Order: sequence, then structure tokens, then C-alpha cells
Amino acid sequence: MEATVVKTGTEGKTWGGGDHSPLKASYGKLMMWFFILSDALTFSGFLAAYGFSRYKFIDSWPVADEVFNHFPFLHGVDAPMYYVALMTFILIFSSVTMVLAVNAGHQMKKNKVIFYLFLTVIGGLIFLGSQAWEWKNFIQGTYGAVETKSGRIIQFLDTEGNRVALSDIATESTQRQAHDRSSGIWFSTDETLAAYTIDDIKQGFATKENLRIRIPKLDEKGHPIILNREQSLQTLSTDAIRVVEGANMYRNEYGTPLFANFFFFITGFHGFHVFTGVLINTIIFFNVILGTYERRGSYEMVEKVGLYWHFVDLVWVFVFTFFYLV
Amino acid sequence: MAHDAASHESSVKRIWYVFFLLTVLTTAEVILGIIKPTFLVEHKFLALKFLNWIFIILTLVKAYFITWAFMHMEGETKGLRRAVVWTAVFLICYLMFVLLVEGDYIHEVYKAGYVKYNF
Repeated sequence: MEATVVKTGTEGKTWGGGDHSPLKASYGKLMMWFFILSDALTFSGFLAAYGFSRYKFIDSWPVADEVFNHFPFLHGVDAPMYYVALMTFILIFSSVTMVLAVNAGHQMKKNKVIFYLFLTVIGGLIFLGSQAWEWKNFIQGTYGAVETKSGRIIQFLDTEGNRVALSDIATESTQRQAHDRSSGIWFSTDETLAAYTIDDIKQGFATKENLRIRIPKLDEKGHPIILNREQSLQTLSTDAIRVVEGANMYRNEYGTPLFANFFFFITGFHGFHVFTGVLINTIIFFNVILGTYERRGSYEMVEKVGLYWHFVDLVWVFVFTFFYLV
Repeated sequence: MAHDAASHESSVKRIWYVFFLLTVLTTAEVILGIIKPTFLVEHKFLALKFLNWIFIILTLVKAYFITWAFMHMEGETKGLRRAVVWTAVFLICYLMFVLLVEGDYIHEVYKAGYVKYNF
């Protein structure tokens, strides 16, 4: 495969071993593979830590299709994972345009390379925007939940087993006004207040006969346990201490706090890679337009950047599986 | 750079074929994830649900195609291929084995009552 060995204008400066390239690959490409391998191990470290925590808290780990159930312009419609499937599709497609750009580079077709690189950058930007939207929904939350004394999350269901939002439970809100700096000379910040107090929820729950609660414990078949009406009332009145809406680093309405921590960290770290990829692709895009690689006589740079971009896609395939599917 | 037009034609075809395959696999995963067939959810092999085995295997298939076709691993020398793939596969398997078994063990310790939750 001679196509993998090309002159990049750096001969004699890098390998110093004469004309014979180790593994028949150019210096830059080998270094990219080194980087990709080490970065792959970094990501596996994160995902392995995620798996460790998930097995440790297997009872209270959230179910992904209850967490990620939004789709743009479909308000209030339960759309489990549709959006993340679309995101995955977009990223895979931008990988395809990248490999088409590399292919056009082999043929020295400058305009084709420009066109495909442009599509790749656009795909990357759409993915980043989608991820921001996904974070927004995750942080905002959908149904809300209640935290117990021991820091576990209990969620509300009706008799058919559908989730019920806090706003459908509480009959009124007695939540106080949040204070800001204008409230006093020495005052700086207030905690973020939920829309309802825990007493609002307890009162509302007591009046609505069709409500049940689900606790973070699994039955022998692996389904979360739903308490009957008496147990629900009992648990709520003795153990519930706080209303939780959405997610932050301390607690989230979906389940164990670690879930949100890992979600923010791993998808954030991946998003950072996508961002870097878009940045590098843009630089290369302008280089192609300026004719840098045309003059050099080789589009190998597009190939090396392409390797990185495909790697980002590869990581997403795994993140997608372990956060959204498994 | 001794590529002729015909081989480029076929490599473009292969790219679209792989894209089609990846799309089909992803769609299959999402559909399975939404309907969650009861049999696959309630039966386990090696502490992992059947459904999750399917997801992981399909993911590995996708990873294979991305690496081999898109990253052009199939065109590299055997030495480069093995240096990258075997290293990653070995280290990741090792790490996963150690951490997942340990996580499950801690879960069992919690469940056995050394730690009690307040309900």
C-alpha cells in the first residue's frame, strides 16, 4: 500500500533512519496512532470507572430512556432516545464525509476535499449544539423527585406505572421567594429553590389516591420496586426530606448522584474532543482552500486529522452504548 | 499514489456500504433499547443481561467497521495493526474485568447489610 507512505517535506528531520519508514507509515501518521491509542485508554479508564460505580449502585442507577426522553418541538411527548439516536447518526455521517474528503485527497481533487471537509465541520457543530441541548434538558429535569434521609431518590408513579411530575402532585406551592443581593448588605447568594417545598408534595400526595412511589431497589427479576399506597404514604412521611428537580453535581432527580457526575464528565470530555476536532478540521479546511497541500503534493494532513475525527466518532459509539443503551 | 480511478470508485462504494451498515446497527440498537424485550431483560449471562450483551456485541461490530474501513486500518501493515489493536483490547479487557467484578462485589457487601439505608 504505497498510498500510506508519502513525502511530507519533513524527510530526514524526523525518523533519521534513512528512507525506510517503520511499519511503512509516515511519522505523522504513526504519532497520530500513538495519540489515539493513549486517548482510547483514557476514555476506557473513565468508562471502566463508570461501570464500577454502576455495578456498585446497580439498584439506584437510572434507566436511560426515562432520563433522555426529549425531542425538539415535541413538548410533553415521551421520546425515549430518539434524539440521541439522531445525534449518533449525525456524528457517523460527519465521519463519512471526512473519509470521503480523505479519499478525494488521494486523488488530489481540491474542490471535493473542500466540500467534504465543510460538511464535516458542519456535522461536528450540529453535534456540539445537540449535546448542549441534551445537557440543558438533563440539568432542567422532567418529573422531579424526592430525596430521603439517606440521600436516595424516590420517584412518583400513578397506578398505571407512568411517571408523575411534581407539578401534578402538589396542589399549591408554598415555596418562599429566593433572596438575591438586594435583600441585604451582607447577603451574597441563596440556594437554588425548587418550585415546591417537601410539605407541598407530602400534602398533595396524601390527597391524590392514584399515586405511588418507586424506590431505588430491584426485585429478583431486576425491575425497580413500586410500593403500595400505604407503604408509599409511610415512606414519604417519615423519610422524605427534600425536593429534587433536575440535576447538579450533588444530587439529581434520576437516581444516584454519581450518574450525573459521570454523565457530565464523560460526555463533557467527549464534547471537548469534538470541539477540538472541529477546530482542527476548520484549520485544515482553510489550509486546503489556500492550497497548502496542493503545493506540498500530498493531502496526508487531511488523512491524519481524519484519523482523529474518526476516533472521536468511535468513542461516541461506546459512550452511546454505555450511557444510553445498556 | 498509484491509485487508478476504478479503485477509488470501489472505495467510495465501500464507504457508503459501511455507513449504511452503521446506520442499520444503530437503529437496531435504539429499537431494542426502546422495546426492551422482557426475555432479554430478565435473563442474564455472566451477571449481564442478554440485552446488554447484544448492545455490547453490536457496538464492537460498529467499532470494527469504523476502525477498519474509516480509519483505514485494513490498509496498514500487520505490525501497526497489532500494535494498536492488541494493546488496546488487552488493556481494556483487563481493566474492565478488575473494576466490574470489584464493583459487583461492593454491591453485594452493601446488600448483605453492612450498610443500611433508611427504608
